[in-house]
Amino acid sequence: MSLRIGHTVDRPGAVTITVDGTPVSAHPGESVAAALFAAGRRRLRESPRAGAPRGMFCLMGACQECVVIVGGRRVPACQTPVSEGLAVTTGVPW
Amino acid sequence: MSGAYDLIVLGAGPAGVGAAVTARSHGLSVLVVDENETTGGQVYRATPQAFATRADAPANPDKKEGAGQRQSLLASGAAVAFRHSVWQVSPGYRVDAVGQGGPVHWSAPAVIAATGTTERVVPFPGWTLPGVIGLAAATILLKSQQMLPGRRPVIAGCGPLLAAVAVAVLDGGGKPAAVLDLSGPGDWLAALPALASRPDLALRGLGWVVRLKAAGVPVHFRTGIAAVRETADGLAVTPCRVDADRRPLPDGAGQDIETDCVAVGHGLTPGTEITRLLRARHRFDAALGGWVAEHDADFRTSLPGLYVAGDGAGISGAAAAHLQGQLAGLAVARDLGRLGADAHETAAAPVRKRLAAAQRFGRAMARLMALRPAHAASVAPDTVVCRCEDVTRGEIDEAVAAGARDVNQLKAWTRCGMGPCQGRMCGETAASLVAEAVGSRGAAGLWTGRAPLRPVPMDLLTGDFTYADIPLPKAAPL
Repeated sequence: MSLRIGHTVDRPGAVTITVDGTPVSAHPGESVAAALFAAGRRRLRESPRAGAPRGMFCLMGACQECVVIVGGRRVPACQTPVSEGLAVTTGVPW
Repeated sequence: MSGAYDLIVLGAGPAGVGAAVTARSHGLSVLVVDENETTGGQVYRATPQAFATRADAPANPDKKEGAGQRQSLLASGAAVAFRHSVWQVSPGYRVDAVGQGGPVHWSAPAVIAATGTTERVVPFPGWTLPGVIGLAAATILLKSQQMLPGRRPVIAGCGPLLAAVAVAVLDGGGKPAAVLDLSGPGDWLAALPALASRPDLALRGLGWVVRLKAAGVPVHFRTGIAAVRETADGLAVTPCRVDADRRPLPDGAGQDIETDCVAVGHGLTPGTEITRLLRARHRFDAALGGWVAEHDADFRTSLPGLYVAGDGAGISGAAAAHLQGQLAGLAVARDLGRLGADAHETAAAPVRKRLAAAQRFGRAMARLMALRPAHAASVAPDTVVCRCEDVTRGEIDEAVAAGARDVNQLKAWTRCGMGPCQGRMCGETAASLVAEAVGSRGAAGLWTGRAPLRPVPMDLLTGDFTYADIPLPKAAPL
């Protein structure tokens, strides 16, 4: 069942981003972090020392837990808007 | 878009907007910088511009206030730089940021730091698992992304956000598995006199409680989280009863609660990175949420030309933040010679009066959310405190036992607080643990502010500057 709340807003039509090569549907306006969370892809990286799984945590660009690679750069997924064809790579070590 | 202004306001939440609009009304040239795509900060965070709000969407006083502030800033003629991350502020003042177009810098004789707060989460086993998120993160999902944190989330921690998030989950079509509140009914009763100063907000809170009860959401008072673990199809939360100091009771563990998401927050702490970076004087005040930059009644810090406003100057809530911003804006106008002393007093007096009333409510909420040392002391030795560097409570204790006397020594010895979040996530817990050994939070100190304030990709900083652009002096004749 979708986590997207349907009765309050009209979202633009879905676009497709790829996450580690797998297509994931998302709506313009959503952050990469929220789109992945809604798609059930919560594990975004492993911690540098213990190798423990991590996912989005603060959603306001402070904690840096949701860092992924987009366009060759490390970016916080929560501050990065989705767009058609956006290629996201997870599992970035610090 | 580089340039010079009379005033640069860092942060476009209620404090930043109040400051910018006020300064503009006295003829100052103003730039407002924020990481988000528009005004509102976190409290009035809007839905993405790409989303269209439905005409029949339920009205909400926060949404209305946020929209009004957004309009007032746009109408003020202030320059805005949204989606820009500030990574350096140098004396004088020069502000360096990166945006979509690469590196930019601006200058101004006055800077107002209106940077809001960071959420505090006191660690417990499992708090680093994917699916465990901040309570403030849940509000961003709900308010901005119009997304549930879970179909049946567990909502835990303290303060008014608990009920706000739980009710927003109900409104969105989910049902919280449980609300775990560290406070007891008595703590809420103690806040009643201050609540009476804002009957509108008090009534709204009461409405939330009634709503949760009617929906059959279990609300457990004086209860925290003992641990979260992964299960085959989600997460399991072990709740634990706590005493009045939020210390877990030895036999307090309850039945596991199955859930798909844990949203947890233990209050807010002022975001002081700008004032720390510039080495303004700070003081510790638990009731204000932690360390705050020292400031006068008009929100001037100890450094000429540097001002603070909003929750970053001490947790006081959104209404107070907006008024504090206005006072800081007035002070800048006066200090830059655009407003005479008498005119300043005439303009500031009514704002100060309204601020006193607004702060009363906000500070009562801040007290409810203040960190109790016994809570931080309850973190188990093998629990990770510093998420960035995987530093455990046990390693912090070892460093303290070996003689680390303040948080910066702790950081140098263990890497706690040295990672990309720059101690924003672990700072409060780590400092509380050091304070146990050295006597007070004041003695344990605060992280020294360091640039870059946010991780910045090197190629964005250098722009199109290449090796060939490095000025090389002509070689000396042989």
